[in-house]
Amino acid sequence: MDSKGTQLTIAEDTRPGSTLPFTQPVLQAKRLVKTYGKVVGLDGVDLELFQGEVLAVIGDNGAGKSTLIKCLTGAEVPDTGELWLNGRRVQFRRPQDAKHFGIETVYQGLAVSPALDIASNLYLGREIRRRGFAGTVLRMMDTKLMRANAKRELDRLGISTLQDVTVAIENLSGGQRQAVAVARAAAFGSKVVILDEPTAALGVRESGQVLDLIRRLRDEGIPVILVSHNMPQVFEVADRIHIQRLGKRAAVITPTSHSMTDAVAIMTGASSG
Amino acid sequence: MSPKSPQSSPATGASPASGTVDLATEFLDRSTPLGRVRNLLHRYPALSPGIVLIVSLIVFGIVSPRFFFANNLSLITQQVAVVGTLAIAQTLVILTAGIDLSVGAIMVLSSLVIAQTASQNHVPAVLALVLGLLVGLAAGALNGVLVTRLKLPPFIVTLGTLNVFLALSLLYSNSASVIGQDIPALITNTGNTFSVGGIGITYGVVIMLVLYIVMAFIMTQTPWGRHVYAVGDDKESARLAGISVNRVLLSVYVAAGAILAIGAWIQIGRADAASPNAGTDLNLDSITAVVIGGTSLFGGRGTIWGSLLGALIVGVFRNGLALAGLDVLYQTLAVGVLIIVAVSLDQWIRKARN
Repeated sequence: MDSKGTQLTIAEDTRPGSTLPFTQPVLQAKRLVKTYGKVVGLDGVDLELFQGEVLAVIGDNGAGKSTLIKCLTGAEVPDTGELWLNGRRVQFRRPQDAKHFGIETVYQGLAVSPALDIASNLYLGREIRRRGFAGTVLRMMDTKLMRANAKRELDRLGISTLQDVTVAIENLSGGQRQAVAVARAAAFGSKVVILDEPTAALGVRESGQVLDLIRRLRDEGIPVILVSHNMPQVFEVADRIHIQRLGKRAAVITPTSHSMTDAVAIMTGASSG
Repeated sequence: MSPKSPQSSPATGASPASGTVDLATEFLDRSTPLGRVRNLLHRYPALSPGIVLIVSLIVFGIVSPRFFFANNLSLITQQVAVVGTLAIAQTLVILTAGIDLSVGAIMVLSSLVIAQTASQNHVPAVLALVLGLLVGLAAGALNGVLVTRLKLPPFIVTLGTLNVFLALSLLYSNSASVIGQDIPALITNTGNTFSVGGIGITYGVVIMLVLYIVMAFIMTQTPWGRHVYAVGDDKESARLAGISVNRVLLSVYVAAGAILAIGAWIQIGRADAASPNAGTDLNLDSITAVVIGGTSLFGGRGTIWGSLLGALIVGVFRNGLALAGLDVLYQTLAVGVLIIVAVSLDQWIRKARN
């Protein structure tokens, strides 16, 4: 809430691989400001995401979580502030821009097409066409290749519950649907995966599957930003936790350095970290 | 408060560790014969209309010996040609969870432009057909722009344009028909027949079949076809997947307009005339064919071929009941029952998923 809050960030000390000399963040936000008329959504927020980590973003309602995520994914354009991706300054005006730079987002709810099969969903909007005449003139899709790739991609992510990629999404459980959504974000060489409340609609067992998948992504080297209300899940899976409060970053903690009670105290302003 | 302890991770017991889970046993109801039928119908939407068509062919063949006479089969295909073509356009729109009430009106307007420019303005036949095609494209584009830019429901948009296009047709033609002998042969040739195994097939029927093959290919094999399904299935998730929903919708209405212009060509040959009053029943008939053909009015589900089967079922029912000596009102009654049965079946199949 005051300048004290920002001093308490301890990102440098807690980033994974801190035995190495300074590592550059994959994604970095510097002093993001976003206002809606007189309402201040973001009040100079910094964020660093490093290679191979799961960064959780938590905060009370209205703390600026969604606005922050929207600025990172191009759904909103910040008034001032900078975004850096792998050391390059980037600007996103549309979600497509962020996608283009390899930032993939899984939105709240289940954003997959129920009637289409798993492979079609993974490749929706980026279908592969056949080579030669069939692809360029007849614009035929290479269904076989897409199915084979989809299968390989799911195996790589360890989603073994999805054996048959020709099954329609509507035949899957909620957890499996979310797995498809996550796999779509993680596949095809994306640099950053952002998950907005990925387990909100899921049961305990299914949430577990999705958390497994998040760890898997991290182990594959894809850094993940996880927005969640669910404290136990956040503490279970996150490497670092970015706590958002009143439009500012209140603190960055780790599950080992702080307890859930500490995190809640920082979120609510009872403690400053 | 030790959230990292292993027992708090329910996932380890659930997914990769427990090995593969057969989706089929877990999520599809294959326990009862009825459940199995439902899954089959769900996977192959053209299956139920296919079965209905075969059964109705057999029944009408038994009831009336004349049913399978060559000239009767020829008649059925000719009666189906125009509705079948309009049904392709209608299928595209319904797959996006829309509906096009103006298909008949666009076809009539296009057919009058083709016939009038060729007969009264002495435009070469090919050019007249191109002009008809342009009218179809423009009419479709108007529907598409109103749906995507003004965000109006397709039902309302096409209810409006239906009246606009019909009025334009009447104004343009002074409410008069153009008879076949005034129209160049190239245009009316779609009504001419050639013989296949003793059955007379018109060139219009051939054009319709070619359109079916082309559109079925596009819908199943190209990214555009898949995007049409995705937009009809769930607009929001299609948008989040990076599909430009408005562009897809606009292109669907424009493509429908082009198909309707080809339908106009077939209609001129079939009627051997272009009449402003030709298309009154065709709107609802095309929707009937699409619905009986297994395409869901809620969008995202259905096949192009199903609509041909739907058009054939209606044609066979009307023809078969007429041959059986029943009053024309019973034909209408039967088509009405067919529609309700088809939609009920669609609902029942979809319920399997909840």
